[in-house]
Amino acid sequence: MKPLVLRLRAAPEQRLDMSPLTPQRLAGKSEREISGVELQTTRRTLRVGDLFDVSEGSAEHILIEGGSERFDRVGEGMSAGSITVDGEVGIRAGRQMTGGRLAINGNSSHWTASGMTAGFIEIGGHAGDRLGGPLAGEVEGMSGGMVVVRGDAGARAADRLRRGVVIIEGDAGDDAGARMLAGTLIVRGAAGARTGYLLRRGTIVLGAVSGDFGPTFVDCGVHELTAHLLMAAYVGESSAKAASVLRRSLRRFLGDMAVLGKGEIFVAV
Amino acid sequence: MQPLKLNGVLIDDTFAEAFGMRAAAIVITADSPRWARQAAVTMTGYATSVIGCGCEAAIDRELRADQTPDGRPGVRVLVFAMSVTDLQNQLRNRVGQCVLTSPGSACYGDLEGQERLKLGDSLRYFGDGWQISKRLGVKHYWRIPVMDGEFVCEATVALTRNAVGGGNLLILAVGSKQALAAAEAAVEAIEAVPDAIMPFPGGIVRSGSKVGAKYKSMRASTNDAYCPTLRGGVETALDPEIASVLEIVIDGLTSEAVANAMRAGLRAIVELGSATGAARVSAGNYGGKLGPHHYHLRALSPEGGGHEPPGEQET
Repeated sequence: MKPLVLRLRAAPEQRLDMSPLTPQRLAGKSEREISGVELQTTRRTLRVGDLFDVSEGSAEHILIEGGSERFDRVGEGMSAGSITVDGEVGIRAGRQMTGGRLAINGNSSHWTASGMTAGFIEIGGHAGDRLGGPLAGEVEGMSGGMVVVRGDAGARAADRLRRGVVIIEGDAGDDAGARMLAGTLIVRGAAGARTGYLLRRGTIVLGAVSGDFGPTFVDCGVHELTAHLLMAAYVGESSAKAASVLRRSLRRFLGDMAVLGKGEIFVAV
Repeated sequence: MQPLKLNGVLIDDTFAEAFGMRAAAIVITADSPRWARQAAVTMTGYATSVIGCGCEAAIDRELRADQTPDGRPGVRVLVFAMSVTDLQNQLRNRVGQCVLTSPGSACYGDLEGQERLKLGDSLRYFGDGWQISKRLGVKHYWRIPVMDGEFVCEATVALTRNAVGGGNLLILAVGSKQALAAAEAAVEAIEAVPDAIMPFPGGIVRSGSKVGAKYKSMRASTNDAYCPTLRGGVETALDPEIASVLEIVIDGLTSEAVANAMRAGLRAIVELGSATGAARVSAGNYGGKLGPHHYHLRALSPEGGGHEPPGEQET
């Protein structure tokens, strides 16, 4: 099916709220109606038509040609269909997604995939801080679905992860997997300081030896587990690199013993 | 009607009468085919008949590493019971005692469906608090720490209410050697049919039963009409030259699977022929009043022409 194409004409002069541009919110709208959708975040009105050339297609699949770090909330709350951004985006991309596919071919900023419950997000470049994490005041971060970052991620990736899979094919910043409640975080490269800080449950997999986890993570030896094979089979379609880490021998650390202590960090040996 | 004789084998104009059952399909994997098979053989031991064993179970087929969820060699097992409660209890106990305990094993459901049986959801307590829940997409697994690593088990498995139990073939021959040769040929052919199992020893029953007995406590007793040694003393179903009878009992996930299995078995018996195999093939029924599924031998025979759709419900 031919996608709805929004071609960026020039860099936006203010930050944009891109959340109205999801398949379900644009369903049934004509090209003209779509051009009239407001995206501004300041007092100055800015409509889709002011920024983009709109070529008609099914809103089930939206292709945004051109990106900007001022594109905030791309795909926020989307429930089905797909959005592809051929460029970079700002904060909160894919926040509270409940389904569908979101692909960002460039970098995305902070709170990518924040609080998502289902669906699939792919970031072709790097992701900012708090990948999948909650906003201030929220109890849980991401609680389902899968997010794959082909590059690196900033600090606190998978913060308060509740369920679902977060994959970082590059390196992760400090406090990766901090306060995780459950779920799975796979970092193909190295992670920064305090990985798994206050981890309650859940699985963190690291492809490269990283900073010390501290004395509250206890060494449980090197293993090749059936669970790794299942996880590799599940993530393999979306990330061959993550799957390859899971097929290696992994050293298991149990923790964080400072809290519940039912989580685990696997480090490739 | 003309008697139907194929390659010297007389095909009776009768039908097998079968019953609705509840069934589950699971995949057991291990580090090697030998240990996947071992777990499956142990789990399906003492599971020939629901009357005395609580369920009927056997290996459906072996799976290559690329056909299983975890990429290790595996075996597909089918379990049949008369009720969902029986199926639940049997599955939990058998997987808990025979698969959980087997080196390197893991266990997964292999049917799709909304109605589920608890598997890992009840076995997880063996982990004594160390069990780990892992959700990957729509699948939910439990990882239970054991002495050789972890036992991985899917939390729930689907069941089917459309399963059929009691498809059968009666193989009549002039001697025990010929009866066994024909039965073995049929078993080998039926083993290749998906979604169907033969729960008796090696797929063969030598003690077919009739309903009731002279003793009040017995619900079933020996099928005297087919016992060659009683031929002169009872109302026999045997021709004078028949000296040995063996039966093959088939359970299938669908009625179609049972029909396919009987068709494959009949073909193998006919191909072997009467010289070294069966003189006659019949089937067990109760007059057609008890079981909803009827499988007519002539319609399922290699040259049966398929006048009536096999396995169709007649009630």
